[in-house]
Order: sequence, then C-alpha cells, then structure tokens
Amino acid sequence: MLAFAVRRILYSIPVLIVASFIIFALGSASADPLAPLREKNPPAPPTVIEAERLRLHLDQPLLQRYFSWLGGVFRGDFGPSVVSTANIGHDLGDRFLVTIRLIALAMVIALILAVVIGVLTAVKQYSKFDYAATFLGFLFLAMPAFWFAILLKQAGVSFNLAVGSQAISTIGQASVPPPKGTGPYVLDILGHMVLPTISLALISYAAWSRFTRASMLEVMNSDYVRLARAKGLSRRTVMVKHALRTALIPLTTVTALDIASIIGGAVVTENVFQWKGMGDYLVTSIRTNDVYATASWLLIAATVVIVFNLIADLLYGVLDPRIRYA
Amino acid sequence: MPDTTELSTAPAPARDREFTVEERSQAQLVFRRFLQHRAAVVSLCVLVALILLAYVGGWLWKYDAGQYTPDNSVPPSWDHPFGTDSSGRDQFAQVLRGTRISLQVSVSVAILATLVGTVWGSVAGYFGGKTDTVMMRISDLVLTLPLIAVAAMLAHNFGGSWYLIALVIAALYWAYVSRVSRGVVLSLREKEFVEAAKALGASDTRIILRHLVPNALGSILVNLTILVALAILLETSLSYLGFGVTPPDTSLGLLVSEAQTALTTRPWLFYFPGLFIILIALTINFIGDGLRDAFDPQQTKVRQ
Repeated sequence: MLAFAVRRILYSIPVLIVASFIIFALGSASADPLAPLREKNPPAPPTVIEAERLRLHLDQPLLQRYFSWLGGVFRGDFGPSVVSTANIGHDLGDRFLVTIRLIALAMVIALILAVVIGVLTAVKQYSKFDYAATFLGFLFLAMPAFWFAILLKQAGVSFNLAVGSQAISTIGQASVPPPKGTGPYVLDILGHMVLPTISLALISYAAWSRFTRASMLEVMNSDYVRLARAKGLSRRTVMVKHALRTALIPLTTVTALDIASIIGGAVVTENVFQWKGMGDYLVTSIRTNDVYATASWLLIAATVVIVFNLIADLLYGVLDPRIRYA
Repeated sequence: MPDTTELSTAPAPARDREFTVEERSQAQLVFRRFLQHRAAVVSLCVLVALILLAYVGGWLWKYDAGQYTPDNSVPPSWDHPFGTDSSGRDQFAQVLRGTRISLQVSVSVAILATLVGTVWGSVAGYFGGKTDTVMMRISDLVLTLPLIAVAAMLAHNFGGSWYLIALVIAALYWAYVSRVSRGVVLSLREKEFVEAAKALGASDTRIILRHLVPNALGSILVNLTILVALAILLETSLSYLGFGVTPPDTSLGLLVSEAQTALTTRPWLFYFPGLFIILIALTINFIGDGLRDAFDPQQTKVRQ
C-alpha cells in the first residue's frame, strides 16, 4: 500500500510539471500583457512600456521566463503581476481560502444528496419517487450554473424585501467591514455561504446521484447480495452494509474526476454572488492579460485536481481490497 | 436511420410454418429499442420542433433579430411572444437567433471533438504499450485543467465569433472523448472477431476502420449527444463570464447574461433564453439516455 502511494505521488510530479509548462506557454502565447498599455488613450510613453517589458521579464525568451517563474513558485514567488503593487502569491492565497470553503461544503452536500437520492431511487426503482428524482436530476444537469445561481440570488433578494431585513446575504463572501468577535464573524461567513453553496451543490449532485443509482442497481443484482438476503438478513441491513459499501467505491473516482468541473462551477457561482474568490481573480487576470497571474491560477487549480485524483486513487485502494493486493 | 424499405421489399415470409423469424439488421434493432424509451422519443420530437422553429420559424417570423421596433420593454404579448428589450428588439427573434448559434457551436464542438477524440483514443487503445501511455498522458494533461478557465483564457484572445468559440471548446473536449473511446477499443481489441480478422491477414487500418469503429459506434454516438449538451452549457457559462460569443453574434448564453441586470424590471428577457437552454440540454440528455439503452441492452438488463 505504501509503495503504491509513493509510486502514485512520484508519478504525479512530472504530470504537474508538464502541465505547468503547457499552462505557461499557452498563457504567454495567447496574451500580451503590454497591450492594455499600448492601447491606452493617450498612449503610454515608450519608456514606460519598455520599463514594464523589463519588469515582466518579457525581454527574456519563453523557456527562460518559464523556468524563472517555476523556480519562483517553489520559493512562494508567483512572478510579477501587471498591477505593479500586487503580490500574486499573497492574493491567490487569500482567495484560495475563500473559494475552497465554498467548494468543500458544496461537495460534501452534493455527495450526501447524491448518495441518499441515488440509493433511494435504486431501491425503489420505477416508483413515482424514482421518476421524479430522475427528472429533477436531468433538469439540474441541463441547467446553466449561473442561470440557477441568479434565480436563487433573486429569490434571496425577494425574501429579504418581504421580510424587511437582510435575512439572507446575497452579495460578497463576508460583510464589509467584518463583524467583531469570533462568533459573529463565523456566523457572518456562514450566512454568506448559504445561497452559493446550495447553488453549486444542486448543480453538481445530479451526475453523481445518477451514477450511484446505476452502480447500486448493478450491485443489487449480484450474487453476494442475493446470498445475504437468502441467509435471512433484513433488506435494510443488506442494502446498507453489503450493497452500499461496494456501490460507493467507484463513486470516489467519479468525484475526483469531476473536481475540475466543480472548480469551473465555482468560478461561475462566485461571479454571480460577487465573491472576491478565485473565480473573480481568474476573470480579472484574463481580462487584464495578466499572464503570470493566470498561469499561477491554473497551476493551483491543476494541483488541486491532481491531489484530489491522488487521494481518490489511494482511497480506492483502501476501500477495495482487490486493488490493494493485486 | 434504419432501412425500412428492406422490410417492405423482402419476400413475404412463408406461412407454412407456425413460427417464422423475421430478419432484422442491427440498425433496426437499435431503432426499435430506442422507440421503447418514451422520454427519449418525446425529447427527440421536442428537439426537432425546436430546431425547425429556430431555422424555419426565425426566417418566417415578422421581426428580424437585430430589428428595432417602436415597442420598448414590452412584456410578452401576442405581438411579441417573448417581449422586447429596452431598445425595442423582439426577444422572440433574438432567442431564435441565439438558439441557432448555440446549436451551431455545440454541434460543431461535438463533431470536431468526437472525430479527434475517437481517432486518438482508438489508436492509443488499439496499439497499446508505449503509444498508449504517451497518448493517454497527453489526454490526462488536458483533463487536469478546469475546462472553463482554459477556454476563457483562449477565447479571450482568439475568440469572439461562434466558430472560434467552437474551436476553443472542441480543443479541450476531445480529451474526454479519447478516454471513452480508448476504453471501448480496449475491450473490443480482445474479442474473437478481431483475432479472426488478424488471422485472415487484415491490416491495422482495416481492423480499426472495419471492425473496431463500427462496433464502438454506439458509445461514440451516445457520447456525441452528451457533448452537444455539455458544449451548450459551457458556451453559456463562457458568454456569462464575458469570454464567449460577442456581438454582433449572439447566443442564448449572451442573451441571458445581458438580461441579468434587468431581472426585476424585464424578467422575460432572462427567463426565455434560459428556458431554451434547459430545453435543448434536457432533450439532448434524454436522447443520449435512450440511445445508450438502445445500443447497449445489457446495461438495462436489470429491468426484469
């Protein structure tokens, strides 16, 4: 098991390095950070542009820029931003903490929803509940993330108007200025998370609940489940202790594979609720041709995806003994 | 589509025996099974109606998409079924135009990504070994990046018109297709009929084109439909973030994002394009589901 883990970790390092090069090369090739300066009206003086060019290391060839950026990343320096006072590493760190709490909570809720609904629809296959849940799942699968988020936000605003107070926060990730004291501060943050989390969780759960249902149905038809029933165990025990355990194993892989699209969903959701998180940072960086900031953002996202897949692989080994001893 | 003429021109089955077996081609079997999936059939009808509405209806409708009418910010009425925006443009005509472009984007994405991904995945799966490792690592690399972020980055600098957006999205989705088609080919490669073809001296190209691809067609087709739905949603999100199709082109996503500030004053601008997106993605997903059942009855064997 340990050897397997070490091998997987060693294997993901070159993947990450190649990914970082592609990210950097794509970003540098597709955007010119000096373009906004040149297109300014009146245009910026050539000396200013030249100074900016040197500051952003644009005088160096691509490979050299890439290696000095990558070397800097290991020391916590993510390269110069087009905003000369900004520190990319510092900003991204702050925003990462904002976004990860949205993603983590939404994923937990989505997984619980997916397992509960997936199991219930499998156990009650072709019942009215199954049809209703399936239709709802398909509906959420077909819904654009931001459209649903905007609807939720509007519902929150209407609710606040009806109640006559700011009962549900609809804008930002925390109040400005933040309330004093730890208790109110945490409550304030949780209050701001309600709508975005619901939105992201509902958009994400559907595919997983369909998957749980299919995997559960397959397991329920297997011989060992029939045997467990035959030896007299109750249907409930068999479902929870025998079938569910096996049915959940493939869900770990599917969840890990979907993390990239959850990050994408979070980008959109954050933009709707005007969070100052990773999503907003990405959009601003791309708009301002901030090459280093965009590349650093993608590098962090790629790292998160790879780490999640790593965890899923290891978990798979823990959950499924056949893999461990193979 | 199944060849129905074959049925009618075939000689009438002999009646001298009590049980006669009618010969059916694979396509006919698939078609029959598809017809049994009620949600898929209804969805197919709705989708065809939507496509006709978008292409024929948009052409017949009394207002053009870009035309300014004297009615500003009118709620839905007989004259303007979906209302008008603040500069008096008919939202029904706009939505039909957006539907056309969204469909064009997503269908192009699905076809492009499927072509590239299928070839990539089948070659990797068929040859195996080092070729497989290298090719699949490349797919994995594409999959480690959040699609929407890379698409936004590329679209910001290359995008704007609908076909460029389609190219950008397809350049990322092929990796998903390659994973799926590789898996299918891997399992088909070991089948007896491939071995038989090999023993008869068939070349690799012939085996891939004549034996593997036709057998993988079901999975490829199912995946293609799902891609159409995914591409519509991704294009919508890109447009919302401001990296998608830009005016003078329009798409359903762009219409919704333009309308979000007017949600309280002119809600019809927001709801109708959104409903069209949902309707398209929903029907396509149901059709994909029906196709999957039709091509692979094994999966639904649980239904006893």
